[in-house]
Amino acid sequence: MPPLAIRAYTASTALGHGLSAQAAALRERRSGLRRNDFAALAADQAPLDCWIGRVDGIENSPLPAALAEWECRNNRLAWLSLNQDGVPAAIAAAVARYGADRIAVIVGTSTSSIGATEAAYARLHGEPPRFPDDLARPTLHTPHSPGAFVAAATGLRGPCVTVATACSSSAKVFAQAARLIAAGLADAALVGGVDTLCGSVLFGFNSLQLVSPDPCRPFDAQRTGLSLGEAGGFALLERCDADAGGLLLRGYGESSDAHHMSTPHPQGLGARLAMADALARAGVDAAAIGYLNLHGTATPANDEVEALAVAALFPPQLHASSTKGWTGHTLGAAGIVESAFALLALDSGELPGTLNSREPDPGNGPQIRFDNARAPIRYAMNNSFGFGGNNCSLVFARA
Amino acid sequence: MNDAARPATALTAAVEGIGYWSRGLPDWNAARAYALGADAADAAPARPSPQLLPANERRRAPETVAVALEVAAAACAAAARDPAALSSVFVSSHGDMAITDYMCATLASDPRAISPTRFHNSVHNAAAGYWTIGVGAMRPATALSALQAGFAQGLIEALAQLAAGEDAVLLAGYDGAGYGPLGAIAPSEGLLGAALVLGRAPRAGAPALHAWLGPAPAAAAAPGRLHARDHGNASAPMLPLFDALAAGDARLALPAGGGRCLWLELTDD
Repeated sequence: MPPLAIRAYTASTALGHGLSAQAAALRERRSGLRRNDFAALAADQAPLDCWIGRVDGIENSPLPAALAEWECRNNRLAWLSLNQDGVPAAIAAAVARYGADRIAVIVGTSTSSIGATEAAYARLHGEPPRFPDDLARPTLHTPHSPGAFVAAATGLRGPCVTVATACSSSAKVFAQAARLIAAGLADAALVGGVDTLCGSVLFGFNSLQLVSPDPCRPFDAQRTGLSLGEAGGFALLERCDADAGGLLLRGYGESSDAHHMSTPHPQGLGARLAMADALARAGVDAAAIGYLNLHGTATPANDEVEALAVAALFPPQLHASSTKGWTGHTLGAAGIVESAFALLALDSGELPGTLNSREPDPGNGPQIRFDNARAPIRYAMNNSFGFGGNNCSLVFARA
Repeated sequence: MNDAARPATALTAAVEGIGYWSRGLPDWNAARAYALGADAADAAPARPSPQLLPANERRRAPETVAVALEVAAAACAAAARDPAALSSVFVSSHGDMAITDYMCATLASDPRAISPTRFHNSVHNAAAGYWTIGVGAMRPATALSALQAGFAQGLIEALAQLAAGEDAVLLAGYDGAGYGPLGAIAPSEGLLGAALVLGRAPRAGAPALHAWLGPAPAAAAAPGRLHARDHGNASAPMLPLFDALAAGDARLALPAGGGRCLWLELTDD
């Protein structure tokens, strides 16, 4: 595929707002996880006993008055994330070059604003029961809430869609942007993702017995499950000359496991297909990848099959790690957040290890590293795998 | 962009197969006949029964998943394409509101009682997931939403995949009825699904579809019979395309968001 230039990128997670907070915490191996203090909406119900990656400051960051109809936790986090690291300036520059109707908006999520729908159900009134007036805003109670909000907040008027393929959502946005631009339907694309903590996520994953009572330990022999987090992030992509400098999207690969809704293919076939396809589309050999950000949720099954797939494709020199011990699993935002981490690694040569993990699982190949490292790299990759066996891998480059 | 003439840059695909399901119109033959003036069938089944799911899952599957799988399979059969070989795009405005209602009501009363099966069926890509599992497709699948612009955005994604080199792509749109207190905020009526298999190469007997983005038309077209019948469903904005497919050569505009439309021209070339 023709490479795309990444004019700006950003992530906001439990580690803080924006890239410098992410980079510092990754370098210093400082986790953003805390004991769960996210209140249950049901009366008299204690929070789940687990650890979460909560973004500080959302409660004190209302949307501007002009966007008040979009007010909810998820759109607040989208807004907060959107206004970091020069993203607004990059959007303005692209609008000046192409016009707002030539810039696509593609946003990934798993839960959209369902936290607002949950809050409405906790405060139903009347007969038949209906939403409280302050939450009777249709724009919130639909899966398209984040995509529509980002378009409204930026004024961009190109093709606008919300992608919801669970935890691969905000990786697939890069693939869709590449296709849209190649097909001539847009000249640039604002891609990203946002997901916030809510009851559906915490108690839903709890019902699947996938939530750890302790901070998650990806690829550790003693791992006991995932820690959930919330996050938002964005990137502005634009067509570029073949010899362009800077950071580039070089390839994408997508696949399906065709196996089960909530457990991965036992041999990791879908994961292998996605990674191999991304490498092929980028025209890059597996040995050239300097850093791979793994999906690495810290559930026993997911890490096992991802380790198998990585060992089958990559030489031992690869530095691969999961950063979920820093941020928790940010679900539909994991793709954009961990793409930002891969881009930071390209930018700085600081390669994150795997926080909290001490005893490597016997199934781990030599690629999976627990310690941080430093090395200049030219190519980085990110894996994002979701429910429904939905996989996406991305290859980024520093020209 | 001027909508008067088809631009040279229009994206093109062959409509190789069509699937359709609505109560009383349980397949594309019935829907096409209805669009052209026939009656709906009184005795048609009240719920689709997609044969690719095992019998117990077929009964338990959410209606939205059942309708999406039914029309997807029918479109592949009509196109004589192996479903496992196609990448797929599934579009729904609201997903399954009965499950969202269940999740939110349970969270408000007894959150630790959430059913794991209902939770994994609550993801927006439930239909896409069951499809790939049911037909054994390891090809890419995606799940999108964009309210009124949803089907046009799904069509854009499918056409972009063809332009990027896919041989054929499956596109399915579906929505169920509103449910519970949420249904009053996100209204939708009935159960509706429609699907297309779109091929990159022209094919004899398959209408050619040309698509480009442009401004909204000055005046809305008179609704066809399929659109008039199911206009209350959240996926109804896709129906003008299916009315046009029934009628043959046509030009229409589907809402694409941002005040713009996806212009579509169907030709029998």
